[in-house]
Amino acid sequence: MVVQSAAEAITYPAVGAELDIEGVSHAFDIDGTTLPVLDNVSLSIAPGEFVALLGPSGCGKSTLLRLVAGLEKPRSGSLREDDARISGPHPSRVVVFQDPTLFPWRSVWDNVALGLEAQGILKAQRHRVDAVIELVGLSSFRNAYPHQLSGGMAQRVALARALVNDPKILVLDEPLGKLDSLTRIAMQAELVALWQRKGFTTLLVTHDVEEALVLANRVIVLSDRPARIKADIAVARPYPRHRGDPYLADLRKQILGLLGLEATW
Amino acid sequence: MSTYSVSDTAATAAPRAAVTFSNLSGSYGVGLAASLVWLAFGLSCLYWPDVGDWSRTSSLGIGAIVIAAFILFGTFSADYLGGAGQALRKRAPWLVAFGAFITLWEVATAKFAWLPLPFFPPPQSILEVYTDDLPKLLDSVFASIKLQLGGYIIGATVGFITGVSIGWSQKIGYWVHPVLRFIGPLPATAWLPIAFFTFPSSWSASTFLIALATGFPVTVLTWSGVASVSSAYYDVARTLGAKPSFLVLKVAIPAALPHVFVGLFMGLGSSFAVLVVAEMIGVKAGLGWYLQWAQGWAAYANMYAALIVMSLLCSGAITLLFKTRDRLLVWQKGVVKW
Repeated sequence: MVVQSAAEAITYPAVGAELDIEGVSHAFDIDGTTLPVLDNVSLSIAPGEFVALLGPSGCGKSTLLRLVAGLEKPRSGSLREDDARISGPHPSRVVVFQDPTLFPWRSVWDNVALGLEAQGILKAQRHRVDAVIELVGLSSFRNAYPHQLSGGMAQRVALARALVNDPKILVLDEPLGKLDSLTRIAMQAELVALWQRKGFTTLLVTHDVEEALVLANRVIVLSDRPARIKADIAVARPYPRHRGDPYLADLRKQILGLLGLEATW
Repeated sequence: MSTYSVSDTAATAAPRAAVTFSNLSGSYGVGLAASLVWLAFGLSCLYWPDVGDWSRTSSLGIGAIVIAAFILFGTFSADYLGGAGQALRKRAPWLVAFGAFITLWEVATAKFAWLPLPFFPPPQSILEVYTDDLPKLLDSVFASIKLQLGGYIIGATVGFITGVSIGWSQKIGYWVHPVLRFIGPLPATAWLPIAFFTFPSSWSASTFLIALATGFPVTVLTWSGVASVSSAYYDVARTLGAKPSFLVLKVAIPAALPHVFVGLFMGLGSSFAVLVVAEMIGVKAGLGWYLQWAQGWAAYANMYAALIVMSLLCSGAITLLFKTRDRLLVWQKGVVKW
């Protein structure tokens, strides 16, 4: 299935980038004490792969994403996108956060146009904004303000705001975490469809094991803080996946065991 | 999903609105009462003789009867007058109250002198000021607007730029913050004696004081607005390729605008106070000076007339500010209606 999605991606201009995380360690200074959050994390992600990061709450997953996005620099180790060292934020690696963080003073259209405007290419590329709003199915809400949208719509706008830049790596920080379960299931399917169409490399942080298994073709299980890689599990199942699939149920049990929750499944 | 709830509430709200409207339009009573009260006011002017010597009593009486006629006409043809008719209908209770008040005022002053003259001048003497002293009053109005506008625009601009700078840059904040803390809380009027001999003209001194009174609240609120912008907005903009100038102009400033308008509102209030004091003490023009001058001549009617004009101007300025805010901040929900 990985092969098929990669093959599909070739027809699109935005092909996923390779992401290499090599021996990355990171720590925060809080009131004079050093709090290690990442401990020698190494991970290589192939172009077009959909990787989910699973781990206990507060283990450093989101920190790893901020490093990938270039919002922070690691204390040691290096991150590379297609062999170019990541030294700062770049629109080829866009993050969708848990909160949609839409700009409340901008309409849906203007929010989606943000990246192109910031890069100074909006005038020539207005059609891309229209196209991506169409893609997430919000054409009739293009002039609405964020406070008029439901949670699911707001998150779709955030997704559109990321996709309009044709990212090579899409970084998702629990983007569905605050949605109700029905919206969440619908958006999981949309996410997979978008990823298959566009072919970008996807890095998803989640603490929902089922979500990771339904979406990703590789699941990385992280340890408690400071995060280390505990397991690297391939999910070799075609899409669309079924939640009741015994193969996935088996993996779920295995992953919950790794997270120390085997009794609860 | 939200569209459903919106149309739901609209659907339930519509019949309720219709009910109250039919209640209102069914009762011509309030409009009729307003007309009668204004007729009574007119007749009270004309019927009893004045206790003093006022030249506009009969004009005022006739004017009040004309107003009564207009109210009567407007009440019964409101359905054909569109917006104006609706506005009249909405304000009819106020017309009753105001008519009653002004009738009482007329009777208590000009007719029976229950309130001591000349401290409580009758309505006709205020009308007399507006007709006979109009050129001087208009000159004062223009002088006040000119002084206020100049000082306010300078103060608001400087305050806004200072606020954004110290909210954005820690280095600028390091130098400006202590100065702001030292000078800002000082009432601008305390500078009056110094300002009037250090500045080349009393006009420039007053402009400076008004700018100072405006600038402090605008600076502090712009600053707090910029400083309180969620870092998540900056993260989003940065990952989308925003440069620092974009972060200031397109993220920090729009996000801070609601705070900025609170500062502009507070600055407007305190600058009015400075304007009047400055005009009373130093500038020989403007409504503050007019008040002072009228007091010197014991022209109490002129003082009331000037106060009414001043109140309308200040209220108008605030209305203008709020309208501007509503236009710029349409994206906000639930803002205070002025």
